[in-house]
Amino acid sequence: MTNNVPFAYGLCMLLFFIGLYGVITKKNLVKIIISILIMNNAVNLFILLLGFRSQGKVPIMTADTDALKFALRAMDPLPQAMVLSSIVIGFSIAALMVAVAVRLYKRYGTMDISKIRELRE
Amino acid sequence: MRIISLFILFPLLGAFAASFFAFGEENKTKIRASNIIAGFVTGGVLVLSLLMIGRHGIYNLGGWSPLLGITLVFDGFASSVLAVTSFVVFMCTVFSFRYIASYNSAGKFYTLLLLMVAGINGVLLTGDIFNLFIFLEIASVSSYALVAFGTSKHELEASFKYLVQSSVGAAFILLGIAFVYSYTSNLNMAHIASVVRQEGFSAEIYLALAFFTAGFSIKAALIPFHAWLPDAHPAAPAPVSAMLSGVLIKTVGIYALVRLGYSMLGMTQGALPQLLIYSGVFSMIFGALLALGQWDFKRLLAFHSISQMGYIALGFGLATPLGITAGLFHLMNHSVFKSLLFLNAGAVYFRTGIRDLRRMKGIAKLMPVSGSTSMIASLSISGIPPFNGFWSKLLIIIACVQAGHPVLAFWAVLGSIITLSSFMKVQKNGFLGETEEKKVKEAPLSMTTPMIALAFLCVFMGLMLLPGPREILFDSAAAVLLESGEYIEMVLGK
Repeated sequence: MTNNVPFAYGLCMLLFFIGLYGVITKKNLVKIIISILIMNNAVNLFILLLGFRSQGKVPIMTADTDALKFALRAMDPLPQAMVLSSIVIGFSIAALMVAVAVRLYKRYGTMDISKIRELRE
Repeated sequence: MRIISLFILFPLLGAFAASFFAFGEENKTKIRASNIIAGFVTGGVLVLSLLMIGRHGIYNLGGWSPLLGITLVFDGFASSVLAVTSFVVFMCTVFSFRYIASYNSAGKFYTLLLLMVAGINGVLLTGDIFNLFIFLEIASVSSYALVAFGTSKHELEASFKYLVQSSVGAAFILLGIAFVYSYTSNLNMAHIASVVRQEGFSAEIYLALAFFTAGFSIKAALIPFHAWLPDAHPAAPAPVSAMLSGVLIKTVGIYALVRLGYSMLGMTQGALPQLLIYSGVFSMIFGALLALGQWDFKRLLAFHSISQMGYIALGFGLATPLGITAGLFHLMNHSVFKSLLFLNAGAVYFRTGIRDLRRMKGIAKLMPVSGSTSMIASLSISGIPPFNGFWSKLLIIIACVQAGHPVLAFWAVLGSIITLSSFMKVQKNGFLGETEEKKVKEAPLSMTTPMIALAFLCVFMGLMLLPGPREILFDSAAAVLLESGEYIEMVLGK
């Protein structure tokens, strides 16, 4: 189990670059939004994995826990807190992007970004 | 130093208060109420930041020790940038009092604006890398919405472009933070700095630096990551364009990069400064060249923002005390004169509805205040003495020569010449000359006052280089950036 962690890191990176590839190559507004969400989630997964420990314990300390043993066994709770905030940010960005995309579709009548380019004359 | 948390709390509370006037039928009372809230909050932040110049201190949020909780750090670098950004923000807010009434949703506008201010101040003050990311996103998300504020075709298109590129940048930054965390198991910048100083650089730190550089270069719109800026900045309402160009790209872009790269990771030699220098020179020259061909006033100004960001990056990239001083001074100067230019463009647009330079011809006759202040700002951005732009560009050139890069000094001069030619075009075609139009009046008092105040600063900011203010504003900032020991000691104690 422990040996699989570097492999999982690699998968996260792969996912991240798949997202980046999508952002760069896709022409459809919705596909671009999805690609950005993939990127965000890849980073979130990566951060979660940083705090992972195989056969680790839930990081809750009670009065009768031995601090040293606890430190050796427990998972790292900080990445989980970070990911929570990061998910909220990702959500707000996604909501805004979808809202703008809907408006864009109403104005231009298309989802194709190669047709939504009046600014660069 | 409990007081420094007010820099963030005040705008946040203001945004909350302004949101009460954001919904329902728009009327005079609502506009006035949200004007008062925004003016009061940004004015308060300005007074606070001026009072705090020259002081240093930290504040632990919630009373947690720096290693566990979030620390706000008020050091020389933060205080100098904060003073100038608060001034520009206040001026832009005063300018929007009349300007925003035509958009029919003053409450929403000020809610977003104050959220953006809270985010900017947070980025400047925070001492925790993940918290920096949060504030950066608060500032960015509100700026995305502000760019799309008019909800016309072009504004939405610009906003979407900005959203996509900037959130890719944010993903890079977050990945960089994850790598730093994996190496140090802590988020406090001072602690990370001390760990990196003891243990040295590792593969994780280099990767993190690469991701930071990519992410923050997108946010700072350094070439080749600049594609969103010439669309996004002109699309926003004028006071917001002034804030985006004058404040946002600097604080969430170059300030954050330099803060993380220099004072946290201590990389004042090697790849990061080199990259800053090269992308700075490229931005400087190509930004100005691209601006030459523009006829839309605001778009031209946006291209010049790229070019001037290049100067700032070059100054910081030299990583000598004089280079840092020059970069920081140019950052402050550019905040002032670029926001002034955007406000000029806004005033002309407010009265005439014209942004095309060819159709503006002779507007200075009809709008003398906008005309003369735009002349001051144009001379300032082109680096003509005795205006502030001259002094900072001179310092950058001297710093280049002193650091042993005379070639870079040549490029800086060349960039300045191109800038001058493009602003001669602005003045000749847009403001000077004769006009048949008679009906256009000067902009109202709430717009001319900020322009005059900013023009006043353009003339006198050169005085900041006198020995007294210089020590307070620049020397301590250079010390914080170049000797991470000082920063660590300040936050963690000895």
